Amino acid sequence: MDARALKEGIIPGRLDAEDLNEGFKDLHAPLTEHEAFVAADRCYFCHDAPCITACPTEIDIPLFIRQIATDTPEAAAKTILTQNILGGMCARVCPTETLCEEACVREAAEGEPVQIGRLQRHATDTLMAQGVHPFSRAAPTGKTVAVVGAGPAGLACAHRLAMNGHDVVVFDARPKAGGLNEYGIAAYKTTEDFAAREVDWLLQIGGIEIRNEIALGRDVEMADLQADHDAVFLGMGLGGVNSLSTPGEEKTGVLDAVNFIADLRQTADLATLPVGRDVVVIGGGMTAVDAAVQSKLLGALNVTLVYRRGRDRMNASVWEQDLAAAKGVRIITNASPVAVHGNGMVREIEFEFTDDSLEPTGETFRLAADQVFKAIGQTLIGDNLPDLEGRKIAVTGPGRTSVPGVWAGGDCAVGGDDLTVSAVAEGRDAAEDIHAALTRA
Amino acid sequence: MADLTTDFVGIKSPNPFWLASAPPTDKEYNVRRAFEAGWGGVVWKTLGEDGPPIVNVNGPRYGAIWGADRRLLGLNNIELITDRPLEVNLREIKAVKRDYPDRAMIVSLMVPCEEAAWKAILPLVEETGADGVELNFGCPHGMSERGMGSAVGQVPEYITMVTRWVKQNTRMPCIVKLTPNITDVRKPAMAALEGGADAVSLINTINSITSVDLDLFAPEPTIDGKGAHGGYCGPAVKPIALNMVAEIARTPETRGLPISGIGGVTTWKDAAEFMALGAGNVQVCTAAMTYGFKIVQEMISGLSQYMDEKEMGSTSQLVGRAVPNISDWQNLNLNYVTKARIDQDLCIQCGRCYAACEDTSHQAIAMSEDRVFTVKDDECVACNLCVNVCPVEECITMEELPTGALDERTGQVVAEEHADWTSHPNNPAVKTAAE
Repeated sequence: MDARALKEGIIPGRLDAEDLNEGFKDLHAPLTEHEAFVAADRCYFCHDAPCITACPTEIDIPLFIRQIATDTPEAAAKTILTQNILGGMCARVCPTETLCEEACVREAAEGEPVQIGRLQRHATDTLMAQGVHPFSRAAPTGKTVAVVGAGPAGLACAHRLAMNGHDVVVFDARPKAGGLNEYGIAAYKTTEDFAAREVDWLLQIGGIEIRNEIALGRDVEMADLQADHDAVFLGMGLGGVNSLSTPGEEKTGVLDAVNFIADLRQTADLATLPVGRDVVVIGGGMTAVDAAVQSKLLGALNVTLVYRRGRDRMNASVWEQDLAAAKGVRIITNASPVAVHGNGMVREIEFEFTDDSLEPTGETFRLAADQVFKAIGQTLIGDNLPDLEGRKIAVTGPGRTSVPGVWAGGDCAVGGDDLTVSAVAEGRDAAEDIHAALTRA
Repeated sequence: MADLTTDFVGIKSPNPFWLASAPPTDKEYNVRRAFEAGWGGVVWKTLGEDGPPIVNVNGPRYGAIWGADRRLLGLNNIELITDRPLEVNLREIKAVKRDYPDRAMIVSLMVPCEEAAWKAILPLVEETGADGVELNFGCPHGMSERGMGSAVGQVPEYITMVTRWVKQNTRMPCIVKLTPNITDVRKPAMAALEGGADAVSLINTINSITSVDLDLFAPEPTIDGKGAHGGYCGPAVKPIALNMVAEIARTPETRGLPISGIGGVTTWKDAAEFMALGAGNVQVCTAAMTYGFKIVQEMISGLSQYMDEKEMGSTSQLVGRAVPNISDWQNLNLNYVTKARIDQDLCIQCGRCYAACEDTSHQAIAMSEDRVFTVKDDECVACNLCVNVCPVEECITMEELPTGALDERTGQVVAEEHADWTSHPNNPAVKTAAE
C-alpha cells in the first residue's frame, strides 16, 4: 500500500496498470476445449431437464451440452442462440447459481452443478470466433417495426423480427447499442468489448437499422413511431434513478451508481477513472454489488455496501454477495441512510439500523465517505406511454400493451425480474406475437 | 495379512500379478523396473526365430477409445512381436532372472509351424533359466498374415500339434495363449489340453478398428492414409475375457485346466473377478501402459485387504470360487421375482430411469408433476435398465419379492420352489418329453 491508496478524495490512478488489469480481467476464464469436454461429460442428459425449466429463455441445455461433448460446439451454439440470441452475454452475466445451475440435479447430488454458464460461453464463443451467424431471414414481408431501446429486450425482439422477414428500425438514446450490456454490467463480466462485438454479430442477420442517440420523447414521439411503422416494440430501460430522500444528498461526491458503472465501461483507461478512498454504496442489488466491487478494484481503500433489509432480501445473489466479500467489500444490512454530512463535499454518511419491517431502531452509526453511490433502483420515465401498472408499462401475454400495435418488454414493462435473460425472452416472445399479428391479415 | 504367493503350474511368484507379453516386457530395462515396482512375474514379449529382425510400422501403432476426462477405456495395437535380436533378448532374460530369482519369468514364443523351428528355440530359452514358456497363438494382426499367432490359435489341430512339439522338446511348463477371435473358446482350450499344455492364458487381443478418421476416411491408427485391423485390449474387453475364462473353467472337458486370466485387468477388483472365475493368476498390460508399473501396489494392497476381509488365507481359496455359480440361462430360477425400488432420499430427479423405461422398455416408471419417480409394480419386469442408467449408486435397487407375495404384473403369487425353462410348460422340449 502506498500514498496513492491512502490519499483522501476522489482521485484517479490509485493502482498501477498491472493491478487494474488483474482486477478487471475476465471473472471466469473461458474453458479450454479439454475443460469443456470434462465439464460437458458431467451432464446427465436429464429427462425433461429441470435446468431448461429454470432458464427464462428455455434453452435446451442437455442437448447443447451433448453437442459440445460430441465435438460440435457450433451446433451447440445454434441450439442456444435459437432460444436466446444473446446467449453469449447471458453465459457471462446470468446469475446461473439461482437459475439453471441451481436446478441442476448434480447440485442436488453433490452441491456441484454442471458448469452450464461456462459451457454456454464455450459454445457461443466458438461460433462467434468463426464469424458465423447461423440464422438467415425469411422472405421479406414488407412490414416495418420500430423498436425503442437497443438493449437485450430490443435486440432480441429486433433479431427475431428480422429473421421473420420484417424490416426493423431500432432507436436508442445512447451513442452505442447494447443497453445495459454495454453500459450497465461490471467490466470483469464482459471483457474485451464483448457487448459491442455481440451486437455487431447479431446485426449480421440483416434488416436491422440502429439509430443511435434518438430518445423517445426527446427526438422522436410515440405517435410518429406508430404512424411510420406497422408495429412498435418498447424495450427501453429505466432512465430515472431513485433518490435517497436524505438530507445532504446533493453534496458533491454523492453519485448514481449506474453512471459510475457506465463511465467505467466506456473509459479507455481505467487509470484515469477517479474513485474515492472511502466509498459507501447504498443498495442491495446487482448494480450495488457491481459498483462496490469495481470501486474496490479501482483501488478504493474502504468500500462498504449498506442495505436497508436483511441479506436474504438482497436482490444480488448469495454468489454475488460472496464475490463482493471476497474482493474486500464490507456488507452492512438492516440500515438506512438518515443524513449525508460534509461541507459541500460529502465527509460522512449517517445510517440508522432498522428492523425487519424497516422500522428504525434508534441506533445510528456514521461511515467516513468521500464517495457515495446510490443504487436503490431506477424508474421508467417518459410521456405518452401505454397504460402503466405501478411504475412500469402494463402488459398482457407476450408483451401486449394497452395500445393496439404496441408491445413492450424488458425493464420498462411489468413482470420479469430485471435479468438480461428475462429481457431477451420477453423481446423474443413479443417479436413472435408481432409477427403473428402482422402476418395474420 | 493374506498370503498372495501363487504357484501356477509349478511357477512360483510373490503375487498373482504378472505383466503380459507386450511392449512393457520387451526389454531388460522395463522388466527390471517392473520387478522393482513389485510385479510378481512377467511374460517376456514374444520372441521369434533367429534371423533378420522383425520390422514394425513407423507410424502410429496404437489407437484408443476414451471415456470421460479422456480416461483410456480401450487400446488397439498393430505392433508385432519383438523387433530386437533374439540373442539380445535371451541374454537380458537370463540376467534379469538371475537377479530376481523369486519372480516368475515366462518367455512368450512365436515361430513358424514347423517342429524344427520350435526345437531350435526351446533349448535357447531353457538356457536362460526362465520358468516357463507361453505359446503366442493369439496375436491377430501382422504375424497372423504369415501363418502364426491367431492363425494357429484359430485351428485347434494346429494348437494340439505345436503344443505337443513344445512338450516333447522342453521340460519347461507350457502355457498356451488363446485368441478370442473364434466362435467357441472351449475348442482351442481342449486342443491345448490334448497337446499336453500345462495351462492356457486368455484372452489375447480382439480384432478391432478403434475408430475412423472422418476427414481421411481411414481407420485408426492410420498409416499413410490406410489402416489395418489391430488387437483390442484394455478395460473395454474385460467382460468378453471374463466369459471366456468362465467357459473354460466350467466346461467338464477343460475344468481344472490352469488358467492365466488376461483382458482389461486394471485394478485389484478386476483381478479378483478373474480369479473367482477360475484364473490362477492374472496378466496385465494396458493398465500398466496407461498408468505405469506403480499400479501393482494398489493391486497388492487391494487384493490383500479383500482376502483378509473374506478370511481367505491364500489365493487358492479365491480361485474358482464363482465357478459353481456360472450356469446356463435355462437353469435360472423363474420364481425369483424382483421389482425396482427407488430410494426417494437418494433420488436427484434426473429422470433418466423414466426416459429409459418409458422410451425403450416397459413403461414401468411413473413421473409426477413435481418430478417424483416411482415404480409401477404391475408393469415392472425387473429388467434392471433403470438401475444401470441411474447416475446415483444404490438409488435404484432390485428388491426380491418374498415367497407368497403377489407379483402385480403377472397376478401370480411368488412360489417357493425353483422353476426354470427346462420344466416350463411353454418349452416345446418339455411337451415333447411329456407326449
